Amino acid sequence: MRIFAVALLAIAFAVPAAAGEDLVQLKKGPGLDKVETNCGACHSLDYVEMNSPFPNATVWDAEVTKMIKTFGAPIDESDAKIIADYLKKNYGS
Amino acid sequence: MSAPAYRSIDVRMLVHAGAEVVGNGRAVSRRRFLAGTGAAAVAASGAIGLGLAHAEAVSLNLPSALPEGTRATAVLDALPGKKPLIKLSYRPPNYETPIEYFRTAITPNDAFFVRYHLANIPEVDATTWKVVVGGESANGQTELTLDDLKKMPAVEVVAVNQCSGNRRGLFEPHVPGVEWGYGAMGCARWKGARLKDVLDKVGVKKEAIEIVFGGADEPVIAEMPDFIKSIPIWKAMEDSTLIAYEMNGQPLPHFNGFPARIVVPGWTGTYWVKHVTSIKAVPKPETGFWMNPAYRIPLGKFPVVERFTSQETAINTPITEMVVNSLITSHAEGAGVKASSLVTIGGIAWDGGYGISTVDLSTDSGKTWQRAKLGQDLGRFAFRTFEYSLRPVRRGRQIVMARATNKIGQTQTSELIQNPAGYHHNRIQSLMLNVA
Repeated sequence: MRIFAVALLAIAFAVPAAAGEDLVQLKKGPGLDKVETNCGACHSLDYVEMNSPFPNATVWDAEVTKMIKTFGAPIDESDAKIIADYLKKNYGS
Repeated sequence: MSAPAYRSIDVRMLVHAGAEVVGNGRAVSRRRFLAGTGAAAVAASGAIGLGLAHAEAVSLNLPSALPEGTRATAVLDALPGKKPLIKLSYRPPNYETPIEYFRTAITPNDAFFVRYHLANIPEVDATTWKVVVGGESANGQTELTLDDLKKMPAVEVVAVNQCSGNRRGLFEPHVPGVEWGYGAMGCARWKGARLKDVLDKVGVKKEAIEIVFGGADEPVIAEMPDFIKSIPIWKAMEDSTLIAYEMNGQPLPHFNGFPARIVVPGWTGTYWVKHVTSIKAVPKPETGFWMNPAYRIPLGKFPVVERFTSQETAINTPITEMVVNSLITSHAEGAGVKASSLVTIGGIAWDGGYGISTVDLSTDSGKTWQRAKLGQDLGRFAFRTFEYSLRPVRRGRQIVMARATNKIGQTQTSELIQNPAGYHHNRIQSLMLNVA
């Protein structure tokens, strides 16, 4: 896990956050920290809010899977579940 | 056109962040704007940076049909070198053009929409930039600098660049993706070298079936698929397909592909690869993620003439030409107009390169249609402006519908054609005006 965290930190440095995205505040709740470090490593978190609240649980699961399988996000299974649960609970239909 | 009537929304400067350097080496200020409510636009005092006055003219005017979350997160924000546009995502940057900029056939460079898939966007140095031309089905390989390109015969074409997913946010039910409203498009006068002239420099073998493009923007992590796109060889060889280095008489803005991008008039923006660095002729279909499964439409659902057959499967096909469409831009949804006075409804129409023949307007829910007057013809790939004057009599809500038809008889649909990725939205617009 520590290695993962270090790798993600390196990613975050490789593509710095865009000016302004600090204004994006997702809902507080269990799993938000995982969303911020994992999802936020590759894209701003407004992607989540923009795509809400219409996705149902199946759609959010598919999105998380797509980010890992298609886009290569280095997220382990337990974190993926926490992230999907957070999205379903806070940004789902 | 008569005096525009918008629902007026203020634009206030909230934050002034540090200076950033963009592609042309100029330091510009990044400004962030947020829409408030009120009657008059207010420019913050002490504003620094470029043309804040422009901020006075635009408004968010987010369509009510967008997802709730999109409406909550979208703000007016100015990227370096750009006017405030409607920010949908910061990283990668996806910004759409407010409709006010679509009252003329040409969209200003600094108001032109921005769309990226990958967040690693380098600032390209024009003096060291080059594009490598070759590939398995080329007879050789060569590198062209910007000067090399400019020495070649120059061609100009006025063409619409529209994101495949423009209006995705208006799909019902909603589909995931960048939830665009109306403004993921623009029309510019592009100048550049013909792609076919560039390919002739190396010579393309008969076996070549596709031309593949890569750009300088890159994935954030190695496992992420790079944004690689291909077009059929016949499309690459058309006279209007360019490597453009000028947009409306200026170098391309950084966020629109500086110093050179591919221009495929008539086809959706996905093929217009920005910051192009590689052009390859290949004997096999390109198989990357961005060709398949991305950017696909179901087979047979849309009235498409130009097909990309080397990429077709039993169920779907790459999106190609744009479908005929129009947009009322003189008035925003819910705009107030005066009863019994003349109101000029204006807008733009466009298609996949056949040319607009007519635009009709209806004020009785589509029972009868009246012909609008078309503006200047800037070519078959361009926005065509239209205008129609009406005198609303009854106070209250008045729906105005606009419907464009192109020169091969295609027209806009009355029902949305559903497809998984939310492409080709060209349902006839119904704009509500408040007559008072």
